[in-house]
Amino acid sequence: MEHVVQALSMVATPTVLISMLLSGMFGMFVGAVPGLTATMATALLVPITFFLPPVPAIGAIVTATAMAIFAGDIPGALLRIPGTPASAAYCDESYAMTRQGRGEVALGIGLVFSCIGGLFGTAVLILAAPALAEVAIKFSSFEYFWLVSLGLTCAVFITSDTPLKGVITLCLGLLIGCVGLDNPAAYPRFTFGSADLLGGVSLIPAMIGMFAVSEILRFTITTEEFGSFKKQIGSVFKGQWGLIKQYPAQTLRGSVLGTAVGILPGAGADMAAWMSYAMSKKLSKTPEKFGTGHPEGLVEAGAANNSALAGAWVPALVFGIPGDSITAIVIGVLYMKNMNPGPLIFINNPENVYAVFTIFVLANLLMLPLGWACIKVSARLLRLPRNMLMPIILVFCLVGSFAINNALFDVWTLLAFGVAAWFLEENGFPVAPAILGILLGKMLEENFITSMIKSDGNLLAFVERPIAAGLAAFTLLVWFGSGYMALRRRRTRGATVHAAIPP
Amino acid sequence: MRVHDSLIGGVLLVLALAVLWHVQGFPPAPGQDFGPAAFPELIAGGLAIASAALTWQGLRTSQPLLTVGEGLRSPRRLLAFAVVIASAVFYILLSEQLGFIVCSLVVLVALQWACGVRVGMGLVVAVVATLAIHAAFYKLLKVPLPWGVLQPVAW
Repeated sequence: MEHVVQALSMVATPTVLISMLLSGMFGMFVGAVPGLTATMATALLVPITFFLPPVPAIGAIVTATAMAIFAGDIPGALLRIPGTPASAAYCDESYAMTRQGRGEVALGIGLVFSCIGGLFGTAVLILAAPALAEVAIKFSSFEYFWLVSLGLTCAVFITSDTPLKGVITLCLGLLIGCVGLDNPAAYPRFTFGSADLLGGVSLIPAMIGMFAVSEILRFTITTEEFGSFKKQIGSVFKGQWGLIKQYPAQTLRGSVLGTAVGILPGAGADMAAWMSYAMSKKLSKTPEKFGTGHPEGLVEAGAANNSALAGAWVPALVFGIPGDSITAIVIGVLYMKNMNPGPLIFINNPENVYAVFTIFVLANLLMLPLGWACIKVSARLLRLPRNMLMPIILVFCLVGSFAINNALFDVWTLLAFGVAAWFLEENGFPVAPAILGILLGKMLEENFITSMIKSDGNLLAFVERPIAAGLAAFTLLVWFGSGYMALRRRRTRGATVHAAIPP
Repeated sequence: MRVHDSLIGGVLLVLALAVLWHVQGFPPAPGQDFGPAAFPELIAGGLAIASAALTWQGLRTSQPLLTVGEGLRSPRRLLAFAVVIASAVFYILLSEQLGFIVCSLVVLVALQWACGVRVGMGLVVAVVATLAIHAAFYKLLKVPLPWGVLQPVAW
């Protein structure tokens, strides 16, 4: 209990509250502007949070991402352009409502059910994380090895429809993670005599490059033209209470599925929204109404994508294994702030953990007033010329990546990873496995080598402990299960696979 | 821009083999079986197998060697794309000598022009954004952004 009080007093300071408010506004802005994603919001915030104490830094990131995921619904509903990928699943549906003159209902659903989903995910985080940490404290290198393997496996096989390309980007990420002195033998690997590479590839500039610079590059060659929206938006909250009473099961289902998808490593809010929209349609009594401006799917998927955000923090805090690309960046920040994630943080610094929980609750509540205000000014936000915005974001990235170590070498890293991520995505390679590979490579190697030394090279020792065996079985199941599915799909679809992938 | 899967796979296969060859030069860890080469060797092996599979898979499709999307075929967009990369390189190479403010102004004006913003408007946005970013990072966050040629008038 004393930790809770301590956590509350850590959060209830002007620095934390102001940074949450400002980053909330920033998140709303980034989310509402099409082409700027929630992950990009996080990546752009990192250089700023670098200079903040740990609690306001985390407060800023949590708030900004929660707002950005909701705000992505706004251009989705008004222009049929998802503001963030997490809103793509249902933007046809909400746009259909807008065309019927019920735009405010669609936006209200996005706002209210984002808040409910976010709070549900937070509740699971609060209950599950400490309990999991108690189990995790007994884990040895064998369990950690399998846990990381499972996380990377999920990232490759569950989140992408081209597992082979996912395996390739994962391997590239793991190899990049090998660069530098920081390995069990402390031998400078792949540095080619460069002093800048001794410490390894800097994670933060690499991530800003992959999530922001690549988006700028994509923007410059996009041929999409965006429309504008001028109509007045009515009362946002009207009728929402009725929807809560009408769709309690859908709300709960969306929140549960979203949280679960969030907890799975590698899969985040966008995945959660797609899956729960599909599930809502499948289980609905009136599936024929979906796509015609029917609120049911919006309720479920709107709750799902925000609950996934909190869910993703469970493995991030307990094991240091990110649940999605946003928490991958967050883990980088936690290490920078000496708040190393893992079960020990729950014992050594429980007040920090409770502070994170408090921030989550606050951020989701703050969403209601901020989101309301954002919807009110949305017509103006959507008219913002992105060709002015993107150059500013680029300069911000240049300065931000320099600011981490005051090194121009990091700006090279930014550019290289930005171009590489752009090229890979153009060619259908998923980027998330690469990020997880860079981040988790060290952990995987350390636990692998330690386990090999402990067992004297006997691979059977990897599955001798019960939990390790369970995790191993689960990992192999995902490998073989996906392999089997891919084979079956190939048989049914034949050579048309490539035609299905857009250029 | 879509490059043929087999071509990408082939390049990655060469990379994987190069890594495998390179790690053979790593010294063994004293008194242990698993030195610094073990892990990268394993990963590079995985990469080699996966990229070989991609190459093989690509050979069985009728994918063209190179497909350039509509965006990159438009000279105006291609220019904007090139200017993004060029301005980052320009910033990295010259920010020490010219200073942040000069570099940022040049980068912003060039990019806005390339993205189709009117020159006058672009200039105003460039000045405001540069001063704002400079104030935020240099004054507020104490990042030592270089002054360069503006050193005599540093504020």
